[in-house]
Amino acid sequence: MSADAVTLDSNGKEPSYLNYKGKYSGIRGWIFSTDHKRIGILYMIGILTFFIAGAIFGFLMRLELISPGETIMSAQTYNRFFTLHGVIMIFLFIIPGIPAIFGNFFLPILIGAKDVAFPRLNLFSWYLYLTGGILALLSIVMPGGPADTGWTFYIPYSVRTDTNVIFSLSAAFVLGFSSILTGLNFVTTVHRLRAPGMTWFKMPLSVWSFYATAWVQVLATPIIGITLLLVAIERVLHVGIFDPSLGGDPVLYQHLFWIYSHPAVYIMILPAMGIVSEIIPVFARRTIFGYKFIAFSSIAIALFGSLVWAHHMFTAGMSDAGQFIFSLLTMIVAIPSAIKVFNWVATLYKGSIDLATPMLYTLAFIFLFTIGGLTGVMQGVISIDIQLHDTAFIVGHFHYVMFGGTGFVLFAALHYWMPKMFGKMYNRKLAKIAFWFVFVGFNFLYFPMLVMGWLGMPRRYYDYLPEFHPYHLTSTIGSWILITGLILMFYNLLKALKSGPIVTEKNIWGGETLEWQIDTPPIHENFKEIPLIEESPYQYKDNELPVEKEKTI
Amino acid sequence: MSINTQAPAEVHIHRDDIGARMGMWLFVFTELILFGGMFIIYSVYRYAHPADFHLAATELNTIIGTFNTIILLTSSLTMALSITAIQNNNRSLSLLFQFLTILLALFFMVNKYFEWMAKINHGLFPGSDELLSKSAGEILFFGLYYVMTGLHGVHVLIGMVLIAVMYRFTSRGIITHDNYVKLENTGLYWHLVDIIWIFLFPLFYLIT
Amino acid sequence: MENNNSHSQNSHSYGIYILVWLALIALTTVTVTVSGMDLRSLTVTVALVIASIKAYLVLIIFMHLRSEAKTFKVFVLVALLFLLVSFILLFADYSFQ
Repeated sequence: MSADAVTLDSNGKEPSYLNYKGKYSGIRGWIFSTDHKRIGILYMIGILTFFIAGAIFGFLMRLELISPGETIMSAQTYNRFFTLHGVIMIFLFIIPGIPAIFGNFFLPILIGAKDVAFPRLNLFSWYLYLTGGILALLSIVMPGGPADTGWTFYIPYSVRTDTNVIFSLSAAFVLGFSSILTGLNFVTTVHRLRAPGMTWFKMPLSVWSFYATAWVQVLATPIIGITLLLVAIERVLHVGIFDPSLGGDPVLYQHLFWIYSHPAVYIMILPAMGIVSEIIPVFARRTIFGYKFIAFSSIAIALFGSLVWAHHMFTAGMSDAGQFIFSLLTMIVAIPSAIKVFNWVATLYKGSIDLATPMLYTLAFIFLFTIGGLTGVMQGVISIDIQLHDTAFIVGHFHYVMFGGTGFVLFAALHYWMPKMFGKMYNRKLAKIAFWFVFVGFNFLYFPMLVMGWLGMPRRYYDYLPEFHPYHLTSTIGSWILITGLILMFYNLLKALKSGPIVTEKNIWGGETLEWQIDTPPIHENFKEIPLIEESPYQYKDNELPVEKEKTI
Repeated sequence: MSINTQAPAEVHIHRDDIGARMGMWLFVFTELILFGGMFIIYSVYRYAHPADFHLAATELNTIIGTFNTIILLTSSLTMALSITAIQNNNRSLSLLFQFLTILLALFFMVNKYFEWMAKINHGLFPGSDELLSKSAGEILFFGLYYVMTGLHGVHVLIGMVLIAVMYRFTSRGIITHDNYVKLENTGLYWHLVDIIWIFLFPLFYLIT
Repeated sequence: MENNNSHSQNSHSYGIYILVWLALIALTTVTVTVSGMDLRSLTVTVALVIASIKAYLVLIIFMHLRSEAKTFKVFVLVALLFLLVSFILLFADYSFQ
């Protein structure tokens, strides 16, 4: 229990974290709050807002590409747009994404804790996120205009261009710091704050994922921190580090950039995979298949994912030996991901499938991530990659894994956990309609990229040969269908928040992890008493339907 | 998952020194890797330009470098001793050692300042014509020299501020023989700054 | 609740720190002396070995790693391994160019 007395509401009940009256009230009670749940929601607002901004840039890019030649913007503007789209989506949406929103909100609850290990540091992480976001926005409006280097800031152009590279680099640096501190917080939280009886192998699988992700955040992010800092120093002070005109090696920049940015994609996907491992048992009414394999595969992905970075550089001018080694390692890293997919599918077998919206997004994830992952393995083959590098195929690949993968799970998590977080329910029919628009639109948007990339369409080009026109047209129309779906989805969720039916049940889905044993929405310190854990999670008697009335604390 | 409830927890302010140190160690790793990235760059360029690096290093003053190394190692000693002192409830001794640590750090920075000034007055600074007229390897050496020792110096300054804050906490009884994890964590930071210099020193000053 | 205070852990006497400091000074002297000798390709190796020994002493004595729980030691190994492996793989490219 907290050291302060908690003011009870008019029913004599302890108020939820939404109504909790701490030291500050009103908006200050939120932006100065160290409550992990409020911080999670603050992140949610920022992250989803930036997602919409990034999506708008994507939408406009697709408008430009609907026909060859200049359509609505100049080539230079197009360069700035794809840079912004990348920087926003990667650093402000996907990398913080699931850990910052759902990790913050649910990690302490899943392990039976009252908060993370360092609540004030957690708030500071959010301030850093905000600062990074502001710096990114400043890069747009300050003289010089937004950077046109691509989100990868490759040397030498990033040192030569007159655009606002420094603002973008600073934004990425600050956001990296935010990520590091969150990772540091989560590692310590998992080690120190698990409820009594919760051994490592009694932890929910999403906790394993958050833990593995946190390690990657802590170890890999500093590399890009220093690399981007050095580019900024090179730009401003003309110190020779990477600039070839000063003796530097641009390929070395690429190495250092990707030593982080490849593990970064595992920061993106691991938490999503963890949540998939939560949702599937609930909506298949089956104990997860292969718990230990899934847990260890999270660690394996974090480990091996740190060894493959130069597969982004097969055409950059590496040695043959280097290429060979990294291609080999890339093949190996696919294995733990495949292990997860097999285990999820095995869990579905003979399950009692409930196609609620969270499950729809999750099943879609398995399909889309498989396409994305397999196209990735293709790219790991050097001879193929030499043809595909810098084509639309790559763009298709990473959207399948990042958007079809992490993005879809983020949407699944929103639909899964929103009732618990806010005590409101969305319109389930509209949610499913939105899902189908999103899913169909997604595939029309990105599958043509795989085809036209294969046929030679370069990426980051705003103009193209007429033979690619049908693909671009399909893709742009797909983007409209997708955006319709996203609008429907957000409208549905926002409407629920504002005026949806109130949910007070603790366990509307029949889940077995700790968040479904506490109040909806949770009280300030999550638990009235810290639980004593005796069993591992996912103890479903196969196909048993939820019996909420018996699940009380 | 079944849950048994325990008796209501007693009212206490959550304190976890092990957790606090764990968090600090993780932060120390990030700093290690931040500098590690630069050491990686150093090794790649040294591998590519061994003779140039050798030549450029002759410009550096080994005596000042050695002196600074000893200063920093001693400051690590005083930092560690300040913790032992507070563990033994000897507040004034702890304060003395903390003060000495800051003083030694200041010596280090002053030395560094003179060192840099000497080079800058010789026209050897990033972007200078003198430097740009040299070979690629030499330009890279000096670029790395300024950035790595510069960033290290920034960390020394930050460390000085941190220790000063700890000094204040100690004199005000916030850090006591019963509660000194803040001082330990500051120590961890300071020792890391020392370790970075332990590697910087031979790689820049002793490769002639 | 377990004892979270580091009260009786991690306390060394003044003496051990002074001893380690003397060892560090001695090693510094060695490394400076050795650098004056012409060792060709061994120069870097020797310098790094000595620096590593110094860093090791700082880690386990000054930073109290010796008396911390096993988890901390595993953490340090993981972090160092990450750096080492990145370094080796990078040179897998550069040493063959």
